[in-house]
Amino acid sequence: MAEQSKTPEVRMGEQETVSVVGFVRGYIKRLGSGDLGALPIIVGLVIIAVIFQSQNSNFLTPRNFVNLILQMAGITMIAYGMVFVLLLGEIDLSVGYVSAVGGVTVAMLLRDSSAGWTWYTAIPLALLVTAGIGLLQGLIITMFRVPSFIVTLAGLLAWNGVVLRLVGRGGTVIVQDQFVVGIANSYLPANSIWGWVVIGLFVLGYAVTQFLQYSTRRSRGLSTRPLPVIALQVFAILVVGVIVVAICNQDRGLPMIGVLLLVMVVLLTILAKNTRFGRFVYAVGGNAEAARRAGISVTRIRVTVFVLSSMLAGLGGIILASRLRSVDTGAGGGNLLLNVVAAAVIGGTSLFGGRGYVASAILGALVISGVENGMGLLNLESGDKFIITGIVLLLAVIVDSLSRRRQQQSGLA
Amino acid sequence: MEPLLKLVEVSRRFGAVQALYKVNFEVNPGEVMALVGDNGAGKSTLIKGIAGIYPFNEGKIFFDGKQVNIHSPRDTTSLGIEIVYQDLALTDNLDVVANMFLGREYSRFGVFLDEPQMEKACLETLQSLSVTTVRSVRQTVAQLSGGQRQSIAVAKAVMWNSRLVILDEPTAALGVAQTRQVLDLVRRLADRGLGVVIVTHNMHDVFEVADRITVLRLGQSVGCFERKSITQTEIIHSITAGKLEHVPGMTADG
Repeated sequence: MAEQSKTPEVRMGEQETVSVVGFVRGYIKRLGSGDLGALPIIVGLVIIAVIFQSQNSNFLTPRNFVNLILQMAGITMIAYGMVFVLLLGEIDLSVGYVSAVGGVTVAMLLRDSSAGWTWYTAIPLALLVTAGIGLLQGLIITMFRVPSFIVTLAGLLAWNGVVLRLVGRGGTVIVQDQFVVGIANSYLPANSIWGWVVIGLFVLGYAVTQFLQYSTRRSRGLSTRPLPVIALQVFAILVVGVIVVAICNQDRGLPMIGVLLLVMVVLLTILAKNTRFGRFVYAVGGNAEAARRAGISVTRIRVTVFVLSSMLAGLGGIILASRLRSVDTGAGGGNLLLNVVAAAVIGGTSLFGGRGYVASAILGALVISGVENGMGLLNLESGDKFIITGIVLLLAVIVDSLSRRRQQQSGLA
Repeated sequence: MEPLLKLVEVSRRFGAVQALYKVNFEVNPGEVMALVGDNGAGKSTLIKGIAGIYPFNEGKIFFDGKQVNIHSPRDTTSLGIEIVYQDLALTDNLDVVANMFLGREYSRFGVFLDEPQMEKACLETLQSLSVTTVRSVRQTVAQLSGGQRQSIAVAKAVMWNSRLVILDEPTAALGVAQTRQVLDLVRRLADRGLGVVIVTHNMHDVFEVADRITVLRLGQSVGCFERKSITQTEIIHSITAGKLEHVPGMTADG
């Protein structure tokens, strides 16, 4: 406990605005102590891009970039929910087939147009059904105190069975509804200003909230991040946004699904970081006993998170069904579940609870889908694909635990 | 002076085991009361009775001179009694502010966290308690030392206009400098007029901060002593061989 004596005594409440130099120094120090943040993923993405581009010049093309957004959409949406579950220190293995239940529900309701169902009744119902599945699983986990691993493993089997029963032997349910097909197959026209409007609003919204936060903290005499750093961050996001829209506009334009992913990540980040509910999720994942003693209903938080996760899985399933324009008996299977967990974990969400960000699921999904997409272009055997995907996941987890060990050594973590 | 909290002949049974038998206990405002005793003497049971976790089977509880009932932790909290357990109940992955406000966050529209407001109040509380060793209230609790954690846990307890703070073994895991830091904090709480109960094994701590000392032995109170009029040896003697009114092993009525 000698570290105490080393800690300089700084008067609290007199914290001033950190200088830019101080901020950069702090960042470098954080990197050195193993708190790498999103850096390894970004390096990983660059490596992936270089490798695949050198093997196949179609990898870094506007067309393939737009394809990549479409390919990653379903995984990303489901991974958003998975992040919340992992934050609790739980796992949901059923999301793959729950997503299929969502897709099948919409597809079957809309199969016969004379049945009177429309997209705006079918989609909410499908989300309600999947939310109900989450409620059921969450209640079983909390009431009988069965590990979520087991309950959702049972769910994985059972909901797979439900999908098979609904779709029928060897059958395929075609999705014809224009709106549902449009979810993953329509674009903000490339020659219009809409892509720019979307990205402009997003960056503006970010800039305004950052600045409001800055000025409120300032006015209350609290420490703030240096204004130039905030400006630089806003600018960096603007640059990324402009590049994305510019590339998309050289092809079909910004996919609508990309806009949906963006809207959802904003809403879910607010939920996780700026609401009491989100705070409680982190608290339960960090120390459930402390949360309980603080008067938080741990059970209610757990159940709610499983409902949220299943509902987002349902939404992801509808996206997947829209993209394929059909649902077949294989829906929700294959390596969908593993890709979702991989996306969340590669993004930096801890499997042990309490650490992670919703937004990092996007980066994780980008890595996983990027590798899959690249291997598809190279026409690799599926055996090779599995091996490579496995190695990528393993590398990501190793980087994560190395950085965590480093953090522990330097007294963070 | 009217005692802040007064327990009159409280008892607690767990099945056949008589964990507490007709124990008397009191704390005055502005006073540090040490609660000492060997393992199994009933210190934890007494604390948990006050906390409402294991309510007393018999006996009377007076708070501010008025008789009250404590049946659940909520009753205790609403009286203004806060308890800091040995494990501190902090969440490592959250920052200091989040921990101080856990479960009682300031919010706008009852939903959105009001972070600046919380940070401000947190800084003010820490400052008023002269907890100056925490560099930033935005670092996670995992980054704090043992003494800093203990200080945060105590600050969290007094933040809510509490009137009585009970500290369970606050210095058990701390080094010399940090123990000093926590004992100073304990003293400051009492100087602010709060009642403080400190449960400990450490005689050094007892004689350092306590005004009075209550000794428990085998579930019964041996006595309550003024610190100034007793020596460490005498306290240790009463902990290990103090006179009991009732012979253990006999029935409660024996």
